Amino acid sequence: MKKKKGWKEIPIGGLIDEGGTAKQYKTGSWRTFKPVVDKTKCINCLQCWIYCPDSSVNVKDGKMEGFDYEHCKGCGICANICPVKCIKMEKE
Amino acid sequence: MKVEEKKKMATKKLIPLTGDQAVAEAMRQIEPDVVAAYPITPQTEIVMNFAQYVADGKVRTEMIPVESEHSAMSACVGSAASGARTMTATSANGLALMWEIVYIAASTRLPIVMPVVNRALSGPINIHCDHSDTMGARDSGWIQIYSENAQEVYENTIVAVRIAEHKNILLPVMVCQDGFITSHAVEGIELFPDEKVKKFVGEYEIEHSLLDVDNPVTYGPLDLQDFYFEHKRQQAEAMKNSLKTIPEVLGEFNKTFNKNHDLLEEYKLNDAEIAIVVPSSTAGTTKVVVDQLRKEGVKTGLLRPIFFRPFPKERFVKALSNLKAVAILDRSDSFSAEGGPWFSEVKAALYESTKKPLIANYIFGLGGRDIFPEDIKKVYKNLEEMKKTGKVKSLVTYLGVRD
Repeated sequence: MKKKKGWKEIPIGGLIDEGGTAKQYKTGSWRTFKPVVDKTKCINCLQCWIYCPDSSVNVKDGKMEGFDYEHCKGCGICANICPVKCIKMEKE
Repeated sequence: MKVEEKKKMATKKLIPLTGDQAVAEAMRQIEPDVVAAYPITPQTEIVMNFAQYVADGKVRTEMIPVESEHSAMSACVGSAASGARTMTATSANGLALMWEIVYIAASTRLPIVMPVVNRALSGPINIHCDHSDTMGARDSGWIQIYSENAQEVYENTIVAVRIAEHKNILLPVMVCQDGFITSHAVEGIELFPDEKVKKFVGEYEIEHSLLDVDNPVTYGPLDLQDFYFEHKRQQAEAMKNSLKTIPEVLGEFNKTFNKNHDLLEEYKLNDAEIAIVVPSSTAGTTKVVVDQLRKEGVKTGLLRPIFFRPFPKERFVKALSNLKAVAILDRSDSFSAEGGPWFSEVKAALYESTKKPLIANYIFGLGGRDIFPEDIKKVYKNLEEMKKTGKVKSLVTYLGVRD
C-alpha cells in the first residue's frame, strides 16, 4: 500500500476537497486476516457467497472464483461456514 | 487633567453603552452574513439588540433564532462551512450546552466569532460573573480574548473577525467580557465610523465552500486512526502560528484605529518588584490599587493577560521573571487541588525560566462575589511579605470567601 500523506500535505480540518472520493477508499485495508481459498477442494456450494456480509466473494457462471480483497474485511465467516474447510484465514 | 487631555475629551464623541450594547454595535458594523444565537443572561442584550438591527433593516444579516445553543453552534458550523461570515454569542450554561459543537467548529477550522459574556457555570445556579465557563473551554481549540471594559470588548469583537479568518490561523474566536460588571455597566464608548470598520474587516472569502456545487467538498467526514491525528497536528500548528500572526493583525488594527492592542498588557511592571496577574475587569480595579500603592512608594505592577489561547508564554516569562513575588488571580477554580487555570499556565511558563519569582494563587469572585480594592491591597501586602521572607505562606488562597 502506498505511503499515506503527512499533516502538511492534506487539506485542513478533515476537509475532502473533491467529490466521489468514496470510490477511492478501499475498506479492505481494515483487514488483519485474509481468506485464502484452495480451489482443488472447493465444491462451489456458494455458502461463502451467501454468508459474506460484504459481497466480497467473487462468483462467475455459478463458480466461486476467489475474493474481492479491496473490500473484504477479513471477518472469517466464509472460512467458518465452508463445509469442506477449503478457506483458510492467513495473517496479512 | 491636563488642558490637552480635556480638549481631546471634548472632541471625542463618546456614546453611553453597556458592554453588551457595544458588542451589538460591533456586530452591526461587521454585518456578518449569518448570526445564529439563543439568548441567555447576561449575554441576552447582545442578541436582543442585534435582532432589533436585523428587524429594522440596519443590517442584511440572516438571523437564525434557534431553539438552543446546541442548535446555535450547529447552525454556525453549517453556515461557516458554506463561506458565510458567521457569529453567535453566549454565556455559561449556553456555552456548556453547545460544547459538542464548540469542539467541532474549531476542529473543522471554521472562523466563527463568538462574544462570550463570562458567567458562573451551574451549579448551584448563578447568573453572575466568573470565568468557569470559558476556562472550561480552554482546550476546545478556540482562540480566547479577555476584555477589560466595554470599549475593549467592542474593539476585540472587530479585530477577532480578522484573526479568525486569517489564512495562517482559521480558528474560531471567543471574545470574553465580564458578566454584568462589563456587560451591563454603562460606559462612554468611542465607536469607529461604520465604513472604517467595514473596510477593516473586508470581505470573507472561503477557499472551499460547501455550497460550491461545481467543486464539491465534504466537511466533517469520519476521520479514523489513519488521519485524525494528522488533523489534530494541523490544529496545534494553527494555534502556534496564531502567536506570530495575531500581533500582525493587532498591529494593523492599531494603525487603522490609533489603538494599542497587544497579547497582554504590562502596567507599571518596568521597575516593579511585586505584581498581580489578573485578566478582565478586575485588572481595572487592580490598576487603581497599583497607583495608590505606588504613591506610598511600593513598587507594584500588574500584568493583564488578554489572550489565554494562544498562551503567549515568552511574553509572560519576559514580563515576570525579574520580579520578586507574583500573585496570579483566577476567577475560577479548576478543582485540580492545585489552584486555578491561569495559575497552572503561568507557573508552567516560568518553569523554563532561569529566574523565577515566588508565586501564589488567589481564587476570587466566584459566582459574581465582589472584589474590592481592599482585597487586592491584601494580596499586594502578602506579596510584600513573600518578598521579605522569601517564603510562600499559602500557595492557593480563596480570596473573599467566608471562613
